[in-house]
Amino acid sequence: MNHLLEIKHLTVSYFTLSGEVQAVRDVSFDVRPCRTVALVGESGCGKSVTAKSIMGLVKKPGKIRKGSEIIFEGTDIAGFSEKEWNRFRGKQCSMIFQDALVSLNPTMKIGKQIIENLDNHETGLSAGEKRQMAIDVLKMTEIPDAEACLNKYPHELSGGMRQRVMIAMALITNPKLLIADEPTTSLDVTIQNQILRLMKNLQKKLGMAILLITHDLGIVADLADEIVVMYAGKIVEKGACREIFYHPVHPYTQALLSSVPRLDERGKQKLRTIEGNIPDMTNPPDGCAFCDRCPYAMNICAQYMPVMKPAEKHENGGNCKAGEFHEAACWLMDKRAGEKV
Amino acid sequence: MWKYFCKKTIQLMIVMILISFFSFAIIYFAPGDISMMYISQDMTEEQKANVMAELGLDKSMLEQYIAWAGRAVHGDLGVSLANKASVLPQIAKRLPSTILLMGCSFLLSLILAIPLGLWSGYHKNTWIDNLISSVTYMGMSIPSFWFGMLLIILFSGIFHILPSSGMHTVGDNSVLDTVKHMIMPCITLSMGNLAVYIRYIRANTIGQLSEEYVLTAEAKGTSKGKILRNHVLKNTLLPIITLVGMNLASLVCGSFIIESVFGWPGIGSFAMEAIGKRDYPIIMAYVMMSGLILVIGNFIADILYAIADPRIKRGGTESGT
Repeated sequence: MNHLLEIKHLTVSYFTLSGEVQAVRDVSFDVRPCRTVALVGESGCGKSVTAKSIMGLVKKPGKIRKGSEIIFEGTDIAGFSEKEWNRFRGKQCSMIFQDALVSLNPTMKIGKQIIENLDNHETGLSAGEKRQMAIDVLKMTEIPDAEACLNKYPHELSGGMRQRVMIAMALITNPKLLIADEPTTSLDVTIQNQILRLMKNLQKKLGMAILLITHDLGIVADLADEIVVMYAGKIVEKGACREIFYHPVHPYTQALLSSVPRLDERGKQKLRTIEGNIPDMTNPPDGCAFCDRCPYAMNICAQYMPVMKPAEKHENGGNCKAGEFHEAACWLMDKRAGEKV
Repeated sequence: MWKYFCKKTIQLMIVMILISFFSFAIIYFAPGDISMMYISQDMTEEQKANVMAELGLDKSMLEQYIAWAGRAVHGDLGVSLANKASVLPQIAKRLPSTILLMGCSFLLSLILAIPLGLWSGYHKNTWIDNLISSVTYMGMSIPSFWFGMLLIILFSGIFHILPSSGMHTVGDNSVLDTVKHMIMPCITLSMGNLAVYIRYIRANTIGQLSEEYVLTAEAKGTSKGKILRNHVLKNTLLPIITLVGMNLASLVCGSFIIESVFGWPGIGSFAMEAIGKRDYPIIMAYVMMSGLILVIGNFIADILYAIADPRIKRGGTESGT
């Protein structure tokens, strides 16, 4: 299987005054070309830091630890120099952010900001060609009156339009991977849906892979091919989208799924929440990080870290199709667990 | 925009009336007046009263103010009580030398402050930033008159490279000569401003660099230098416009201290002299001029800001304020 992006044993730490915060701990997953991978988890679980690592945007006091590998099309990009990163960012891999208003320069015209990406990577083009490309890509994002939009400032556009501009800006260079960091969180629900559908359509048209980072499992259901669930800097479960939704193995994934509000559940069902908070990452627990909040916690959970194991034949009856996979890190998957419970 | 302009003009007029009234009152109530120059010990009471009446000092403060204001509105700022010459041409004569000195020092401090402030903010908390910062702290805390005198002692007294005072050497009208005379006052004047500007630009740069749009630009593969130049620079300099507007007044009004220390024949030293002699018409003209320029400076800064910052322009046309 050929991979576009392989992340192996990624570990990122932030060295703060109160000690080393282990934001990402030994994370490994792959992104295949033209596929969508959703990285899901609650705030502070390390999903944004993972994305920033892929773009080389981890700033001091953050540091990618030795032994981490980020392999993009066969090259380890973790060791890139500043110059190599500048050639990589925006061209091979683009990123869009949560709040498009603050992510766009307020005093620079939209057109200039979009064309800046071309200026950085396509030096051979004339000003007219670049302008035309900017108009074309804006049209692709279904912005009304794309040409006039070039001469506008970010504050003159609505939230949804701004996010379309961000997408246009990211895609003008035809990147192989688009990282979308909570792209719809600051938008209202109808616009969210439009933006997600737009991303799906553009993916088909341009043939890029998407790494979608979100805390909302609700929005990934019909967008993602694979889901990676992170908790406290570690991956707790990953697998094909359908598998994760219908046969979640890890108690955290199950809790996440049951906390998504559903329209089809009748009656006055209270919104389910996960009790407690994520552990202090300056001093991560020895065992499973979810242990304190887990309703099925056993003695071993607090003492030893569970490892990722295939969850193909578990009691819920899930079964992977060819080319799919499903792995989780939980002691409940151990054969011995069933005997004791 | 038009409505905004009218509103500002009315504001300006009210401010000017208030400034003139209060400054007139302060001078009036201050002990001593110009008559001291004309009255001697051996004059009779009658002679003294005559002098007072001639100078218009026997009337009440309000009468004096109204008489002055009436003439001032027509552009007649009166005659100097000390040398009986009209005030306006005297000021006009000294204006160019003040603008030359203040303009040069202003440009010098701005040209130096922008790159140094940006650099310092970009390399926050490194040795280069600490170096620039400690120099700016020194620049802010050293009194300018002391620094000016230090320069005079060093470059005129010990090394004899630069002239210690004035604007020209007698009989030498070359540009080079004037430049030589300007170097020390210019440096002294710039020092304080430079320090303030650098601190300001540094703080703005640090603020702007932590904005999300910088991350977006980085994600596009824009190099650090380009981010500073194309994105951060403009947004950093926007608030500086206000600072510059406030400095416009000193550009025209000169500096009391520096012009006195270096014997620069400008407005500042002229006003200083007038204050010593209680020469109201000149003091009033000076105060009115500085007040007017300050208000106009702020007004120009507001307009420039609206032109430079697209977010304000829209607010201006929509609500008319």
